[in-house]
Amino acid sequence: MEKTINDLLPIFRDVLENDEIEVNEQSAAKDVPGWDSLNHIYIVVAIEKKFKVKFKSLQIQSWKCVGDILRDLNALG
Amino acid sequence: MNKITAPVRVAILGNYAMQFMERCIQMTARRYRLSVESYVAEYGTTDMELLDPGAGLYTFQPSFVLWHESTLGLRDQFYALGNSERAFFAQAYVERCRGHLDRIARFLPSCKVIIPVHAVHLTDNIFGHFGNKLTISWQYQSTKVNYLLHELATVIDNLILVNGRPEEMLESLTDFPMTVNADLHYSLSYLDWVSDASISIIRSQQGKFHKCVILDLDNTLWGGIIGDDGIEGIQVGSLGIGKAFTRFQRWLKELVNRGIILAVCSKNDEDIAKMAFLHHPEMVLRLEDISVFMANWDSKADNIARIQQVLNIGFDAMVFLDDNPAERDIVRKHLPDVTVPELPEDPALYLPFMIAANLFETPSYSGTDHERTRQYQEESKRQQLAQSVTNMDDFLESLQMVAKISCFRQQEVERISQLTLRSNQFNLRTVRYSVAEVKQLIQDEGYETFSVELKDTYGNYGLISLVIIQLLGNGEASIDTWIMSCRVLKRTVEELLLNQVVERLRSRGISTLHGEYLPTAKNKLVKDLLPKLGFQASGENHYRLDISTHRFLQSKISIHGEDDQ
Repeated sequence: MEKTINDLLPIFRDVLENDEIEVNEQSAAKDVPGWDSLNHIYIVVAIEKKFKVKFKSLQIQSWKCVGDILRDLNALG
Repeated sequence: MNKITAPVRVAILGNYAMQFMERCIQMTARRYRLSVESYVAEYGTTDMELLDPGAGLYTFQPSFVLWHESTLGLRDQFYALGNSERAFFAQAYVERCRGHLDRIARFLPSCKVIIPVHAVHLTDNIFGHFGNKLTISWQYQSTKVNYLLHELATVIDNLILVNGRPEEMLESLTDFPMTVNADLHYSLSYLDWVSDASISIIRSQQGKFHKCVILDLDNTLWGGIIGDDGIEGIQVGSLGIGKAFTRFQRWLKELVNRGIILAVCSKNDEDIAKMAFLHHPEMVLRLEDISVFMANWDSKADNIARIQQVLNIGFDAMVFLDDNPAERDIVRKHLPDVTVPELPEDPALYLPFMIAANLFETPSYSGTDHERTRQYQEESKRQQLAQSVTNMDDFLESLQMVAKISCFRQQEVERISQLTLRSNQFNLRTVRYSVAEVKQLIQDEGYETFSVELKDTYGNYGLISLVIIQLLGNGEASIDTWIMSCRVLKRTVEELLLNQVVERLRSRGISTLHGEYLPTAKNKLVKDLLPKLGFQASGENHYRLDISTHRFLQSKISIHGEDDQ
């Protein structure tokens, strides 16, 4: 089933410990308070855990915004 | 091309059901288009097969021997030994391997022996992570077995070792993409595990650890219900899934040997429940392993509160094991400080679950810890006597208590450190001392130390109290630490000990002794200790004692000569 931004939002809120956070497909790290390099790793691991997938190193490096994560997540099925 | 090669002859030895291994070898060989002729020795006959030159193994003339000793079997062998032999377990085991390897080399000169090193069941968490510091622990000895096997492989020609763990097992511990992207060399879940381990070590060093396991009986300690199935119908040992309970009991017995107290809390008739412990031939736990036995039809929360009264330890030092989720919830609700693990449904998983939970982390271990169960049993005898005597003085005199008071001695440092780490109630300032710090104290001329051993007609309490005095100069000194085991409350140990402290300080030219009560959540017991013993208040929770005018206090304990220092 196609994952949407609504599937990722709870992960962002949980990792960044902030229930007011909003993200959309265009959001990049600089737009989201608290999304630093360390939290980035926690977000990736949390997504991998929740959807039982494993991203490739190159994929993780290529992401510029939330939409990129979604695209790769959906490509993994 | 089609060259016909003779089959490879492989003999399989081991101490579990080896047919599984034989079938696996055959299937794997087929995948590699290798023809294998195999031989499996009877289960459990490894030593005989290897020792007897006429055995099937040698007649079979293998070119390879796959020798797989199960780690679980190894652990059972280890548990069967006493503490003094345990320290040499790995050495003796690997010597046995070397003997067999030499024999194989002699009778089958071109045969190679393949041994997988031990990979699973390497921890039992009887001592928690502290076991890594103890030569008598399973953790230490099983690790040493692997190490010595590696050493052996470097000098014995015919031995080839199989790595301990399949590479796939690394997956849960590492996160290779993250290693590249974030210099994160481990998976976050492994970091969680290391953190959990470290925090439990830190908590135990601060005196927060479990001292007692309270056990339900039916379907927790054995399969079935003794009231319905009878003593011959309960599953323990060979009956039904009894093996699961036997292994679990075996492990609980290891906890007893280490000094963890066991208590029973079961909805049963006491006589029927005790029958299993007294008469069932395959029960590992016996009545003498149980410090307090509560079998009745009252609420479990009430019974645990009674157990708490006898043992005089905090609820947070207790673990309650029960297969029934409803009983667990009741205890959690009424006694939130008691640890109540969510035991898995399948009894075969009780033991691995409890080992993984690592609830018995300890900050220290002394060889006398296993005597604790006996001491609590002696205590319940004393309590019976106390009920039959009406006058406290008569009771104390009838105990014929004898104490030995001395400076801290090298052979006591473990026990002393342990008292400072374990005692929460009768503890004036709750200063914790590691073994290394106790050793330093003994050397330090700025301190005077006192340890008290006590015995009476019912038995030996061992080292039960200690005082550390800091010398401040100018004839002044202060009490750094005053600790006593609650097992000897109201025995006039405090009075006797203060007399000794005063006497020694006086001879050192001290005229004033300062004392302070540092309140914690648990040490209200000693709030008024100092004023009761004749100290004058000198501020809130601060007191002082004039050594020159202090009068000797009455005590019912006689002093054993101070023979050695």
